[in-house]
Amino acid sequence: MADKATIRVFRGNEDGGEFKEYEVETYTGMVVLDAIHEIQAKQAPDLAVRWNCKAGRCGSCSAEVNGKPRLLCMTRMSHFAEGEAINVTPMRTFPIIKDLVTDVSWNYEMAKKIPEFKPRPRDADGHWRMQQYDIDRIQEFRKCIECFMCQNVCHVLRDHDKKKEFAGPRFFIHLATLEMHPLDTLDRRQMMKDDFGLGLCNITRCCTEVCPEHIQITDNGIIPMKERVADDFYDPVRWLLARFGGKKKKSLPIVQSTGDAGEDTHKTKKPKKTA
Amino acid sequence: MTDKNFETHEHDVLVIGAGGAGLRAAIEASAAGLSVGLICKSLLGKAHTVMAEGGVAAALGNVEPRDNWKVHFRDTMKGGRYLNQWRMAQLHAMEAPDRVNELEEWGAIFDRTHDGKILQRNFGGHTYPRLAHVGDRTGLEMIRTLQQHGIHTGMHVYMECTLTRLFTAGEGDDKRVTGCFGYWRENGKFVVFKTKAIVMASGGIGRIFKINSNSWECTGDGQALAYLAGAELMDMEFMQFHPTGMVWPPSVRGTLITEGVRGEGGTLRNKDGKRIMFGYIPELYASDTAKTEEEADLWLRESTTGIASKAKRTPDLLPRDIVARAIHTEVKAGRGSPHGGVFLDIATRRSAEDIKKKLPAMYHQFMELGDVDITKEPMEVGPTGHYTMGGIKVDPNTQESRVKGLFAAGECAAGMHGSNRLGGNSLSDLLVFGRIAGEHAAKFAKSVQAKETDKGAIEAAEKEALAPFSRDEGPNPFLLHEDLMNQMQKYVGIMRNEADLASGLKEVERLKDAQSRISVTGNRHYNAAWHESIDMRNMLIVSEAMARAAAQRKESRGGHAREDFTEMDKEHFAKVNIVLRYGKGGDMELEEVALPPVPDEIKKILEEKE
Amino acid sequence: MANRVVRLPLVGTGLGATLRKDNWWIGPAVTFAVLSSFIAYATFRAFENNFFSYGPYLSPFYSPYIESKGFGISFLSPAMLILPGPASFRFTCYYYRKAYYRAFAMDPPACAVGERNPEKYNGERKLLLFQNLHRFAMYVAVLFLVFLWHDFYKSLSFDGHFGLGLGSLVLLTNCVLLSGYTFGCHSFRHLIGGSVDSFSTAPFGKLRHSLWNLVTKLNGNHMAFAWSSLFGVALTDLYIRMVASGAIHDIRFL
Repeated sequence: MADKATIRVFRGNEDGGEFKEYEVETYTGMVVLDAIHEIQAKQAPDLAVRWNCKAGRCGSCSAEVNGKPRLLCMTRMSHFAEGEAINVTPMRTFPIIKDLVTDVSWNYEMAKKIPEFKPRPRDADGHWRMQQYDIDRIQEFRKCIECFMCQNVCHVLRDHDKKKEFAGPRFFIHLATLEMHPLDTLDRRQMMKDDFGLGLCNITRCCTEVCPEHIQITDNGIIPMKERVADDFYDPVRWLLARFGGKKKKSLPIVQSTGDAGEDTHKTKKPKKTA
Repeated sequence: MTDKNFETHEHDVLVIGAGGAGLRAAIEASAAGLSVGLICKSLLGKAHTVMAEGGVAAALGNVEPRDNWKVHFRDTMKGGRYLNQWRMAQLHAMEAPDRVNELEEWGAIFDRTHDGKILQRNFGGHTYPRLAHVGDRTGLEMIRTLQQHGIHTGMHVYMECTLTRLFTAGEGDDKRVTGCFGYWRENGKFVVFKTKAIVMASGGIGRIFKINSNSWECTGDGQALAYLAGAELMDMEFMQFHPTGMVWPPSVRGTLITEGVRGEGGTLRNKDGKRIMFGYIPELYASDTAKTEEEADLWLRESTTGIASKAKRTPDLLPRDIVARAIHTEVKAGRGSPHGGVFLDIATRRSAEDIKKKLPAMYHQFMELGDVDITKEPMEVGPTGHYTMGGIKVDPNTQESRVKGLFAAGECAAGMHGSNRLGGNSLSDLLVFGRIAGEHAAKFAKSVQAKETDKGAIEAAEKEALAPFSRDEGPNPFLLHEDLMNQMQKYVGIMRNEADLASGLKEVERLKDAQSRISVTGNRHYNAAWHESIDMRNMLIVSEAMARAAAQRKESRGGHAREDFTEMDKEHFAKVNIVLRYGKGGDMELEEVALPPVPDEIKKILEEKE
Repeated sequence: MANRVVRLPLVGTGLGATLRKDNWWIGPAVTFAVLSSFIAYATFRAFENNFFSYGPYLSPFYSPYIESKGFGISFLSPAMLILPGPASFRFTCYYYRKAYYRAFAMDPPACAVGERNPEKYNGERKLLLFQNLHRFAMYVAVLFLVFLWHDFYKSLSFDGHFGLGLGSLVLLTNCVLLSGYTFGCHSFRHLIGGSVDSFSTAPFGKLRHSLWNLVTKLNGNHMAFAWSSLFGVALTDLYIRMVASGAIHDIRFL
């Protein structure tokens, strides 16, 4: 099957660019990344694309195909109608470096701001005991391959450009992992509310729609975090109960907000003892 | 057209490569209070470690209390056909459990046993269920854990930076690293790092083979850089072909299928539906491998449910070299699957629910890329270039190479795995030796003063890197790479012989010449062709080393199989490692070096029976 | 190889700007149409103040039935008094929020599609902070379920005798769908077990985990329940309106 496909690739850099059209021969099982490599090898040797594993495991080759965020290595050419030109563009939310490569360093900055896992002491015999059903929930989030497509599609980052005050879906599920971790001993809810902008998310679920690992980012990660934040900050009944000693608050040290997400040192404070 | 305006960065310890070993080394060196730079060729967290699927081998004894470091040590040495540096294998087996527990402390979330401890699974060559794992994405869990812990230790991470040269000062035994040279992928600008110690953790060389499971990064950079700087390479003839790579469709040929499929009960069958591995049990493993399907299945059933099985192990889980050659033989004999592999069947062995739970990535991978539902149909699999046992020769106790201040850990270091690596031993290797390398690099850095790099060396490195731009006409680096992959696959692949190896060497010489004439166009900004032209130099060095060492070793052992010498040679080659170094005049020098003597107490451990 | 340069603006900004080639607007358009129709119908029925009961059947729009004449406001029907309850539950529902933020506020209209006013955005802070009170709407919704199940129970009694009409089955279906919707609520899921970090060590942890699992299954279909129960309520009311107004006759099975 020596069929041909037309691919239009964005070529350019921060100064601008345009679509260039290439024709490639297709073969069984071919993915868009194969086509890009064909173009690179035979037609445009300086075409820039990021990739690593080519098996949907590393999350490097994120881009947009016909306007939708996709991993190039997992997008089959047969997915598109014959004769249809396939548009390949870089992720839109991040500054462009060249062609299909964008500067995703903001994500790495954000990652640093999240206070790391801090476990309780081990059991006497040196083990930490957790049941599989305790960790099923957070193992789902750990599947994240950091392709940043959720960050790319999230309109809070993409259209509203709230990169200063909003951590984005990828880091909400990281925060959810820490928050739901049976062993962790920090309470990051105040940070989530104040520094990481959980309230900016209006749960329109595009992150979940594009996740290549099919992580239920919204239902299992973000919304449960919104509920936990609501527990602590928006629930007058809980507040009254805590106030009058009916219910004790979670006795974990609270990671204090720094006012903005610009600092990576965080203070923790012990919650006041309820009478 | 040299560019004087390179930037300079200075660190006490520089770690090259941000996979498992590099991250672990950087964490260790940071913990010693030093300034640490971590350089990755890709983005942080994308290193090839994410592709490790099955698990990390450590004798925790959570599932099988009879397990301990001695059994693990024995399994490792046997798997490597006793060509391992015994001290490395010992350190590895002893320290792996601590390293795994430490990961948990940093946030790794392993699958659990019924009593809440870290669950362990069976794997090829391991006597007991030993691999701590997270479904079939253990490598991802590991790298994410190290990454998330690492960025909070104060280390500085340099992403998308490729190094092309190491700098040294002094000669002979006094030679010492002073820094290194490289470029930013983003803009092609040059960068010089000054440092007292370097930990090389750059990973593998899989991209020299046509069919491989590796990412574009695995081009032998660390091996080549160290070799050019005066370190020695060892065991380069041993290449592990993973028995189960995808064979169809062509787009994904070589993509890895975890050994965990067989660990969970999957079996290899030929086109007649016969289970093939019962016909390929070697003498070394005859006493502890099941001879009948009933016994093999009983063992699988019992050992996966935590029962101390008295039955013998299934031959489907023999070490990788044996299984890979068995598949190769079946296909050659015409008993293969339609696309030139054999069948790996899990569908008839486990429920659809179990498969999706235990092997989600495999299910996903076949569904989306191969149109195969592995809960209903068998997979087609064949050997794929996966891992190199060879690499930089290091001191077994400190991981230091022959060049002072240059340490190596992980896949780019040699010695730990001998002639064949057991599945699961690589992830533990990264952790154990990453830590040791980081510790000793920090010690070394504390003990010396920084040394300046010779300006001439920096200029030479610039000139070398820019050379492809200076030629108006010359070969296309992508096509040269394709060419190299085909030649290596054909002549230095899974089955070798004298004539083929000679042809292979000749082809490498031809390609070396072509590489020196490569021409690239465009500017230095994220220019893939330019990057490829530089990587080609490294790939050719490791290809030559492999072909030369393979021609020298006239026997079959582990990841080195000769059609003209089909047996293991107990007299001579069982006692030597083949070492290569950059000789005077630039030629590759080869030497056979005797294995270090094994102390009596270690011999005793090796001879014990379970 | 000669490659034709295709000159086109890559993607602009502003509402609807996108490189997507599919009909992304169908989803929000349908959502808009259906939700608007429902609101129009419910408003009409609330003002109509008639044909809401027939024999033992009571329309869910009027349940629980509160005699409103005493309040002195003539247009305030019993439906208007109670509808804010379920309406607030749906309005603050984590699923419907997505639906109307996309279809009505167009913020965003669809994934990777441009918006009207990118500079102005506060998410669910400031004006929309009340969305955090969804749990209280959920408590109310659970209370309403009690009334509705009780309505179904009453619908089995015709003049003091046990009976079963098509209307009873309609009410039953309505109750089942609404229960599926209410007990699949994200806030309910949080209440049942979502707030627990370690089920194996929490009090009643195992039980809570089992319940949480059930709620999670319902929650996975929250969108389906949200729509089917919305249709359910409207069609139940429509059925009762039709039998009450004599347009059709109820079928009695027993």
